[in-house]
Amino acid sequence: MLTKVHMEALSPTMEEGQVVKWLKIEGDSVSEGDVLAEIETDKAVMELVARGGGLLRAVLLSEGGTAPVGEVIAVIAEANEDISLFEKQDQPTSPATTTEDTPLSGEVLAVPLSQPEQSGEKVVAEKGPGLEGQRIKSSPLARKLAEKSGLELQSISGTGPAGRIVRKDIEAALNTQAATVARPIVSVGGPEEYEDIPLTQMRKTIARRLSESIGPVPHFFLTVSVDMSKWTEARSQINRMLDTHGVKISYNDIIIKATAVALKMHPECNAHWMQSSIRRFNAVHIGVATAVEDGLITPVIRNAHSLGLREIHDEVRRLAEKAKNKMLKPEEYTGGTFSISNLGMYGIQEFTAVINPPEAAILAVGSLESGQMKLTMSCDHRVIDGAVGARFLKTLKEILEEPAAGFI
Amino acid sequence: MAEITYRDALNQALVEEMERDESVFLLGEEVAEYDGAYKVSKGLLERFGDKRVVDTPISELGFTGLGVGAAMVGLRPVVEFMTFNFSFLAIDQLINSAAKMGSMSGGQVTAPMVLRGPSGAALQLGSQHSQACEAWYLHAPGLKVVTPGTPADAKGLLKTAIRDNDPVVFMESELLYNLKGEVPDGEEFLIPLGVADLKREGGDVSIITHGQMIHVALRAADQLAKKGLEADVLDLRSLRPLDVESILESVAKTNRAVCLEEGWSYGGVGAQVTSILMEEAFDDLDAPVLRVTQADVPMPYNKRLEAWAKPNVARLVEACEKVCYV
Repeated sequence: MLTKVHMEALSPTMEEGQVVKWLKIEGDSVSEGDVLAEIETDKAVMELVARGGGLLRAVLLSEGGTAPVGEVIAVIAEANEDISLFEKQDQPTSPATTTEDTPLSGEVLAVPLSQPEQSGEKVVAEKGPGLEGQRIKSSPLARKLAEKSGLELQSISGTGPAGRIVRKDIEAALNTQAATVARPIVSVGGPEEYEDIPLTQMRKTIARRLSESIGPVPHFFLTVSVDMSKWTEARSQINRMLDTHGVKISYNDIIIKATAVALKMHPECNAHWMQSSIRRFNAVHIGVATAVEDGLITPVIRNAHSLGLREIHDEVRRLAEKAKNKMLKPEEYTGGTFSISNLGMYGIQEFTAVINPPEAAILAVGSLESGQMKLTMSCDHRVIDGAVGARFLKTLKEILEEPAAGFI
Repeated sequence: MAEITYRDALNQALVEEMERDESVFLLGEEVAEYDGAYKVSKGLLERFGDKRVVDTPISELGFTGLGVGAAMVGLRPVVEFMTFNFSFLAIDQLINSAAKMGSMSGGQVTAPMVLRGPSGAALQLGSQHSQACEAWYLHAPGLKVVTPGTPADAKGLLKTAIRDNDPVVFMESELLYNLKGEVPDGEEFLIPLGVADLKREGGDVSIITHGQMIHVALRAADQLAKKGLEADVLDLRSLRPLDVESILESVAKTNRAVCLEEGWSYGGVGAQVTSILMEEAFDDLDAPVLRVTQADVPMPYNKRLEAWAKPNVARLVEACEKVCYV
């Protein structure tokens, strides 16, 4: 008897699943209840079991491929049965565009990675009658525009009747990510400059749910207190050595350098949110928020990780001067991978800075008081989770508290 | 360019075409001695004589059949219905004879004729005399249907209709006969059938309409402009052939459409336009297409009820705001 293997709803909110691994291959004999594949849902990696016995005649979705719930992804049949109706899909199917608010806010923050959320419980993935009917209401034009601009409807909230996504919602979404579009990334090196990481089911869910909760960029903030006393000493020594050159390294230069070193060790914080992927950069280009007469601009210290303190110092001065005179060229204020905003010189003890999209984080630097300084990192939760940000800050704190750490 | 009434524009068209081509003649109730019930044929009897301007008995089926026969043998009759409400008496000749002649004879016999007169509601004429009749004739392939809404369009389209080799249903409006407007001079002022006219340009919503409703649309567009919405007012002018290209062009720009017509919604002009938009412009739409039409009842005689039943500016403004999500 022919048994279709469907992508089953292996979590209550699952809308599509990704095949992590096929545990049976075409031609294998299969009994009802055998585990056929590991499927990554929006929450965890779950087992997909056979609903019938026979030979696994066709695997229609390759490992790594994604299919919406309900889609046939394999066929179990007897050797002589005709399965010509089922064709292999060469490419993973595009993600389903079927989702709507499911009343589960917050739940995603506490999901286990790669662990069945209901271990022991047999996965009975009856497709709920409501699941199929769930779709995002959107106007045809909105769908066309979203597709054209690579936006996922899931990430947009509709303002039309019954939450319909209409043209102005797409335009608003595009405006908020205008930075992405308007600021081309200057390609400094070859293609190894960055790596695009496909979004996992969990990452997609995190991105969608957090965007819904706060706004286009779901910020959260991490603050750490840093003891700068050793660097105070080291800085004095360095500046004594540079005295004859008339150069005076600032704390800001040190923070830029330390941040760049820390980012090299935590590339997951040196990233852009690209809507359909996360772009993780190898090089560190640090935007330095700089106040100018009628606003602010963020000149970019390129390859800050490979520059010495003095080079950083010179570059900051050069760019700040150009910024003041409005002489910055676009390539000098675009393409940052991470930003720093320092209000310490104004006596601000600590503050939160607003992320400069598509960058995933910004570091807010407070004033130095009795050798202590507070750093607050604003993180885009779609890219950086709490523990990831915390680990980065821990490294940064170590480098700033122990000058030698930067040379490890 | 002179400013003349819609009535005089029609009269000019008739005079010019009768002068140009002696096969053109006019027949209908009271068109000759009385100068026409609405004086469209004023002076024609005197000018062209009673062989070319013919008073008929009250017998729509008979004189329309006479017109079809005359057209079949080479004349170009202009049949006047005192109102299109009375054309229903002649609908067999229109649908079963005029519309089908060319097709059934394999093109050997055609019926080049114009069937004209006022259509739609005036004021308190009761349900039997207040009908917008476009949809009845639009339904049948073989007929062309034209609905001018301005004096210039009335003249340019009537002249083209008389020269056309197919039967053309030409619908005027009682309420427009006194409307004045600039009309280009010249005997060769012709407006092709099947070409819509953008009566007002705006980018936010397309009001697709025809006939006397264009004036409702233009007033609504004024009100919408005060509220910050700019409307395209697309006057279809001819419903068959229909200028689909202009409809799609406007909607591609505005992404939203409201169809306004004087007649009923059920199987109406707007139903056809909406269907075309679904088929051809689906991905351009940011909102469902809406229609503003007469209420789905025989036209009431009571003044207030009549005003309620007719499509009006307020209802059109509301529909436009709705498709603009405001």
